[in-house]
Amino acid sequence: MVHQLINSLTDGFLLGFVYGLAAMGLSLIWGVMSVINLAHGPVITVGMLATYLLFVHVGLNPYLAIVVVAGIGLVLGLIIYITAVHRVISAPHLSSLLATFAVNMIILGIFNAVFGGDQNNIDFSLGSLSIGFLNVTYSRLLAAVGAVAVTVFLYLYLYFTRTGKSIRAVANNREAAELMGIPSTRVLALSFGLGSLLAAVAGSLISTIFPFTIFSGGPYELKSFVICVLGGLGNPLGALLGGLILGLMEGLIPIWMPTSWVPVVEFGLFVFVLVVRPTGLLGAK
Amino acid sequence: MRALKQPGLWLYVAALVVWGLVVWFLDDPTLRETSFTLLMYVGLASSLNILLGYTGYVSFGHIVFFGLGGYMGFYLVSVQEWSLYPAALVGGVFGALVAALLGLAVLRLRGAYFALATIGVNEAARAFVNNFRPFGGATGLSLDYSVYGLYGGSMKALWLAFGLVWLIAIATVVTSYLVKQSRFGLGLMAIREDEDAAMVMGVKAPRAKTWAFALSAFFPGIIGTIYFFKNGNVEPHDAFRLHMSIETLVMIMLGGQGTVLGPILGALSYERLRGYLLVSPLFKSLHLALSGVALLLIILFVPAGVVGWLRQRFPKLRGILE
Amino acid sequence: MRNWKGKIVLILLAAGLVLLGCGQEAPKPQAKKASEAKPEAAKPAAEKPAAEKPAAEKPAAEKPAAEKPKDPAAEAKSDPPAKAGEKTVIIGFTSSKSGKFKTEGGRQINGLNLWMEQVNAKGGVKLADGTMVKFAFKDYDDESNKDRVQELYTRLINNDKADFLISPYSSGLADASAVIAQQYNKIMITTGAASDSTYKKGYTLIYQAYTPASRYLTGAVDMLAKLSPKSKKIAIIYEKAKFSQDVVNALKAYATSKGFKVVLFDGYDKDTTDFAAFINKIPPKTDAVMGGGHFADTSTLTKQLYEKKVNAKLFAFLVAPPEPKFAEIGAACFAVVGPSQWEPAAKYSEEAAKAAGMTWFGPSVQEFDDSYKKKYGEDPSYHSAGGYAAALILQAAIEKAGSIDTDKVKKALDDMNMMTFFGVTKFDTGKDNHGLQAGHDMVYIQWFKDPKGEFVKKIVWPVAAASAKPFVCPAR
Repeated sequence: MVHQLINSLTDGFLLGFVYGLAAMGLSLIWGVMSVINLAHGPVITVGMLATYLLFVHVGLNPYLAIVVVAGIGLVLGLIIYITAVHRVISAPHLSSLLATFAVNMIILGIFNAVFGGDQNNIDFSLGSLSIGFLNVTYSRLLAAVGAVAVTVFLYLYLYFTRTGKSIRAVANNREAAELMGIPSTRVLALSFGLGSLLAAVAGSLISTIFPFTIFSGGPYELKSFVICVLGGLGNPLGALLGGLILGLMEGLIPIWMPTSWVPVVEFGLFVFVLVVRPTGLLGAK
Repeated sequence: MRALKQPGLWLYVAALVVWGLVVWFLDDPTLRETSFTLLMYVGLASSLNILLGYTGYVSFGHIVFFGLGGYMGFYLVSVQEWSLYPAALVGGVFGALVAALLGLAVLRLRGAYFALATIGVNEAARAFVNNFRPFGGATGLSLDYSVYGLYGGSMKALWLAFGLVWLIAIATVVTSYLVKQSRFGLGLMAIREDEDAAMVMGVKAPRAKTWAFALSAFFPGIIGTIYFFKNGNVEPHDAFRLHMSIETLVMIMLGGQGTVLGPILGALSYERLRGYLLVSPLFKSLHLALSGVALLLIILFVPAGVVGWLRQRFPKLRGILE
Repeated sequence: MRNWKGKIVLILLAAGLVLLGCGQEAPKPQAKKASEAKPEAAKPAAEKPAAEKPAAEKPAAEKPAAEKPKDPAAEAKSDPPAKAGEKTVIIGFTSSKSGKFKTEGGRQINGLNLWMEQVNAKGGVKLADGTMVKFAFKDYDDESNKDRVQELYTRLINNDKADFLISPYSSGLADASAVIAQQYNKIMITTGAASDSTYKKGYTLIYQAYTPASRYLTGAVDMLAKLSPKSKKIAIIYEKAKFSQDVVNALKAYATSKGFKVVLFDGYDKDTTDFAAFINKIPPKTDAVMGGGHFADTSTLTKQLYEKKVNAKLFAFLVAPPEPKFAEIGAACFAVVGPSQWEPAAKYSEEAAKAAGMTWFGPSVQEFDDSYKKKYGEDPSYHSAGGYAAALILQAAIEKAGSIDTDKVKKALDDMNMMTFFGVTKFDTGKDNHGLQAGHDMVYIQWFKDPKGEFVKKIVWPVAAASAKPFVCPAR
């Protein structure tokens, strides 16, 4: 029983970092421009697909591919912002929700046409680390490390570079930032790109652990919503914390209940937090 | 009632009635199948419009009532061996009850939070039914084939299902119209424009919203029961498809939210597009992308939808384009 | 500025709709043609069905439906006007060309296509009245998706006028299509579908080619008892789908009855890729891990069990191990056991059929294996054999009935007691389980490592069919 607990906790904890990374992208976009990005799932899928394709066709090590995937995510985010989101950024929420959802459909539709719905697997097995009864696969370990590394980079960027500070300024108060001479449109586009970057990298890390299909981004998008609400929409640190909580929950709940009850608890908690404390555990923004 | 004298209502009802009769007389199963799907979506879209178009509350998880109501109705038909008619009614009422209860918690949220909450509710419902033994758990429920015998054989049962969906679609459209022309509807639209101002003016917002929510959930529950009855089986995965929910949303936006004709037009055109694309070898895989493009164009350039745009452009036609 | 953009968008959408509206006119004229063809079809070629028309009133609506397909189909395939001596029978099905059943579904289609090529090359099947019947397929990609299945089968029957149907791959999808087949009174042979529950629903026209799910893993328990008599504990991790649930429910009952203890019985949802939670729940010192579901999830489960260094004496999983593609997971496949509906080393033959008092039909095991390898350049798996066998069963029934009339073919299927390269085919015709496969048996394979270091599978159970001895899985 103890063995099971420790193994589950470790597995869940490590995966939680990756969940948190995925959710951070969503949280950042919400925090900066009050847009809930419903195209989040497909961007995660883009990360997974890109890593897979680079591995299979170019032979690039999936962990090195993260850098390339980050670039792809950034560019994709910029494109999505410029085509879909910019026009509706000041419109009622419904418009931006639907606009990003339309982008979701378009990306999925194109992928479905080009790649089909089959499962893909990155055959990059690294074996596992065994400490006594604790068995952790290296891929999960490295994914967690990767997630933490990217989070650190994000913080360094947001707090120690000029563009990072302008992003925080726009998040705080867009009009005031404009008055101070910050080109808000560029900053908004950049933030969207950054959010997509985080999502794509998370997807890349996930693909090193699990097989995926082009529709795999969906469940992670839903998990990201749960995490953001738990941690507080707009608060990236909250997203990380929420991710860890979710990961731990996923590891612990199956010990006492049939594993398929996990989503019930997850979404039940989601609705509960939304209703009782919409600002989340750490407070929004 | 003044509402019943408007030409707009009779035009749509007449069109739907004529369409149903045409399908009946032509006696063609293919046409019936296509019409079934189209009418089903007309019903779903019109019912969601009551919540979305009139009250301004964007629900992404509307399909949860289709699923829960449908499951309940199907359970009654297959396990409890009820007749389809009372079962469908109970399915609808069950959907409305769930909506009323849910509304107590969820309708306090505004805007995007409400939308997220509805997604969460849909997923939670699906995960729950997935584990709920009386409803069959992950493998769902299915009808013993002999049940169709009670309705005169499977052929007759299929025609019956079509007939019922046709009637429900008409009922939903009429209800939607009556709501729009009533004082209740006026209150809803006031809530849509500015909830706080409406409350100041005396609209009892929480009650009105709950009623709207329950009403919008009643019809999907009935439609769900009929749909699962026709298919002979139901699994959690089919009953709570988030995508179906969002496609209904797209139909409303396409046609024009807040109008009666909008959801009808949107449902018809979207479903036709989808049906055509799905079997065309060229476009089979692209239907999602094309729908997405259509939605994006509408959102960016014509947010009022087709009917809304026409109403702005041709004020004289407003009497007909309700 | 906004106005003209809006106008253009609307014009584009309206134009698109008009084009689509025009595009959809095709079915209507055909429907009219078919109803006009109804009285005409009564006269020429098909005398027997015409005689049957006045005789039966209730099936009358369906009988002309069986005749209807001949005219437009014949016009579509052979030269108009249809010659009295030739007909094309359309067999309709959906296959999983994409989606999570792509691997198994692809094999199944290969088997079906091989059959059609071979039977048409011989000129087709001769009916009692001398007509030569050739076969054509009409198929769609169901994308491993249930709602598409119901839409598409309705389309196959109504638009494409299929005469007979074959099920999609997987019990879940087959179950959904069976309703449609029965509703429109069409015979369907199910293949790639083992769940028993489909046949408990009162269908009369659905026939199962595969061994039912309840007999899938019971042999693994026997194997475990023989390999390691002191074993007591079995962990079962399974997919929550009709097929796998039927298998493991029967497995659990059987194992308990033989004195084993089921220490874990947990189901995972379809599309699960993270099995860590389940694997962590396996108690230490478990003797065997069994279960699984379909190819994609079972391969992932096997791989993750290996990565997490789970030790057991026997690993027995569904669907994936008998597929040659299973070896792609590398070292994780070693020693894994899987039940199989058919293997190339199977010992069914004409002599065996005679000895058992059954009729023999179709190619021999070797002939099938060779022609499959020649056409597709890969080894056939039991999914390929199942696809071929389903169509072969239909062919045998049509030949025996001497007609393509639904009722006659149904009678031939009910009476069938034959052996083919695939094994025995005999259907349960009782009211409760009509159509369930009663004659076919499973064999079990295990993955070995040959001297070259490559992984190969060999039949290890039952002893009579085995070509190698089973072995206990080494410690990881």
